[in-house]
Amino acid sequence: MSPYRSVAMSIEDEYMKSLLKTALLNGAISIAVVSIATTSAFAADITGAGATFPYPIYAKWAEAYKAKTGSNMNYQSIGSSGGIKQIKAKTVDFGATDNPVKFDDLEKEGLVQFPAIIGGVVPVINVEGVKPGEIKLDGPTLADIFQGTITNWGDKRIAIMNPGVKIPSGDITVVHRADGSGTTAIFTDYLAKTSSLWKDAVGAGPAVKWPAASSVGGKGNEGVAANVSRVKNSVGYVEYAYAKKNKMTFISLKNKDGNFVAPDDLTFAAAAAGTDWSKIPGMGTFITNASGAKSWPITGASFILVYKNPEKKDSAAEVLKFFDFAFKEGKKMAEDLDYVAMPDTTTDYIRKNVWSAVKTK
Amino acid sequence: MYSHLESTSGAVSPQALKKARVQRLQDALFHRGTQFFALSVLFALLGIIISLVINAWPALHEFGPSFFFTEEWDVVNGEFGGLIAIYGTLATSIIALLIAVPLSFGIAVFLTELCPGPLRRPLGTAVELLAAVPSIIYGMFGLFIFAPIFAEYIQPVLAATIGQIPGFGILFRGAFNGIGILCAGLILAMMILPFIASVMRDVFEVVPPVLKESAYGIGCTTWEVVRKIVLPYTKAGVIGGIMLGLGRALGETMAVTFVIGNAHRLSPSLFAPGNSIASTLANEFGEAEFGPHFSSLFALALALFIITFLVLAAAKWLLVSMEKKQGLKT
Repeated sequence: MSPYRSVAMSIEDEYMKSLLKTALLNGAISIAVVSIATTSAFAADITGAGATFPYPIYAKWAEAYKAKTGSNMNYQSIGSSGGIKQIKAKTVDFGATDNPVKFDDLEKEGLVQFPAIIGGVVPVINVEGVKPGEIKLDGPTLADIFQGTITNWGDKRIAIMNPGVKIPSGDITVVHRADGSGTTAIFTDYLAKTSSLWKDAVGAGPAVKWPAASSVGGKGNEGVAANVSRVKNSVGYVEYAYAKKNKMTFISLKNKDGNFVAPDDLTFAAAAAGTDWSKIPGMGTFITNASGAKSWPITGASFILVYKNPEKKDSAAEVLKFFDFAFKEGKKMAEDLDYVAMPDTTTDYIRKNVWSAVKTK
Repeated sequence: MYSHLESTSGAVSPQALKKARVQRLQDALFHRGTQFFALSVLFALLGIIISLVINAWPALHEFGPSFFFTEEWDVVNGEFGGLIAIYGTLATSIIALLIAVPLSFGIAVFLTELCPGPLRRPLGTAVELLAAVPSIIYGMFGLFIFAPIFAEYIQPVLAATIGQIPGFGILFRGAFNGIGILCAGLILAMMILPFIASVMRDVFEVVPPVLKESAYGIGCTTWEVVRKIVLPYTKAGVIGGIMLGLGRALGETMAVTFVIGNAHRLSPSLFAPGNSIASTLANEFGEAEFGPHFSSLFALALALFIITFLVLAAAKWLLVSMEKKQGLKT
C-alpha cells in the first residue's frame, strides 16, 4: 500500500469514526459524506456543515474553487445548530450558522466567528388580488399578525397603513417554520426588536412557541413556501431566494428610518452597510432593523465557525484560503444567486482581526 | 439395506460415524445460527429501549410523569410536555383506522367472494401497488392536491352538516385550512388501506371452500357466509392486518409532516393543525440543542414506543380472549 493511499485510508477511518458518533443526529446526511469521502482523497479537501440558507452559494463557490485550485470543499447543509454541533464535535473543518454564537460561548470553545454572506428574510402572503409589494406594514403590525391579535386582512390597522389598496377581508393563517431554523431566528429577532408585545410574549430564537390561534408549520423554506401558496389568506416568511424563485407576493416593510422598502439585493446591501461589525465582539449580530434610508429591516448574515487552534492545521489554512477566494472572486456568483457579498471593508476587517487569530502553522 | 455400512457384529462403520458426526455438526450449526438471528432481533430491541430511556431520562427526571400529560412545548423557555404530540398521533391513527378498516373489509370481501374472475387479478394488483407508493408521495399529494380540494369543498360541507350537531359537532368546526388533524387522518387512511385490504384478502382466500360451499348450500346469503364462516375462521389474520395498518399509521412520518400542520397547539376541532410524535421528531430533531429539548424528543420517541407496544399487547390479548370464548362454546 502506497503512503498516499494509507493517508487517504486514515482520513476515511477518521470520517467513519466521527460519522458513527454523529450518525444518530444526522443519519441520512452523513451517509452522503461517506460517499463523498470515499471518492475524494486529497489531503487539502475540506468539509463544512451547517446552515441551509447559504448552501447554494457555498456550493457555487466550491465549484469555482475546485476549478481553480483542484481542492474540494464539501458542504453538508444540515441546519444551523447541526453546524454548531458538528464543529464542536470536531467532525468538520468549519461550521456554518445563521444564528450567531454568542461571544462568551466562542471564547469558551476556542472558536472564532465571521460572517461570510448576506441575505434577507421576506414576509410573503397569499391574498387574492394583491400584487407583490402592494401591502405595506410596519414591524409592530406584522408582529401583531404573527401573534394572532390581528386575525383578518380587513383589520383597520392594516387598512390605515394601506390607503387606496383594496384588500379583501379573510381570516389570516400564519405559516411558520416547523423545524428550528436560522431564518426563524432572524425573523423573530426583528419582531422582538420592533414590538415589545412580541418580545415579552414570545421572544426570539431558532424555534419559538407560535401564539396565533390559526397557524401552521412547514418544514424548511420550501415547506413554508408550499403552505403559503396553498392556504388562502396566509402569511409566512421565507428566504428571499425562495420568494423570488416561487414568484411569491411579498410585503413592503417600514424600516427604521421610516421608509417603506421592498426586499432586493440593494436594500439588503444598504442594511449591511449600516452595520459596524468591528464594534461587535465575535461579530455575532443580526442585521435587523438597521438604520439607513434604503435598508431592508430583516437582513441577516450567515456565519462561519473555525477553531483558533485547530487540530488539523492544513485544513484550517485551506478553509481560510477558500473564504479568501470567495470574498475576492465570489461576488458575482453571490449576486447571481440573489445573495449580497460582504462589503470590502468588512472582509478586510475579518482578514486582519479574525483570521489572524487562527493558528494555521 | 445398509449392509455395506454395517459390520457383521452390528457396530457402525467408521464412514457412517463420520457422516453422522458431520450431519450433527451441520444441524447444530444451523440451530445456533438461526437462534442467533432470532435473538439478534431481541438484542436490537433491548438496545433501542435502553438508548431511548437513557436519552429521555433528563427530561423524564425534570418534568416527571406529567411530561406525558402536559400541553406546553416551548423551546425558548425550555418547557416541554408531550400531550399535543401524543394526542395528534392517536387522533390521526384512530381516524385512519375508522375509515380504512371498513373500506378494506369491503374490498377484501368483494375480491374474494363477489368479484368476477377476470377482474380479480387486476384489482388485487392495483391494491398491492398502492401499498408500494412511497409515503412522501402521499404527503405531497396530500399537501398540493388533496388539502386545497378538502378546504374548498369538503370542509365547508362537513362544518355545515356534522359540525352543527351539538356537542359532537365541535370536532368539525374552525378555519378551513385544508391541512390539520383530519386531513392527516384521511391521508393515513389512504396509506394503510392497501396494507389491511391485501392482508384481509389473503386470509379470506385460505378459508376452505368446503366450509363456504356448505353454508351457501343450506341457503346462507353472502353476508351470512362472511359473518359466520369467513370472519371467525380468519379473525387472527384480520386483526393482524389491522394491527399492521395501525402500526404504520402510528409511526408514519413524512406524509403526516406534510399535512398535519405542525403546530404545537391542542384544539378540540379536527380541522385545526396539530402535531404527531413522528412529525415533531422529524421537524425538530436535527436542530435540537443538547439539553431539555433534545431529551424531550427522546421522551416522545419513548412514548411512541410504549403506545405501539400497548397496541400490540392489546391485539394479542384480544386474540387470546377470543380463542378462549370459542373454546367454551364448542
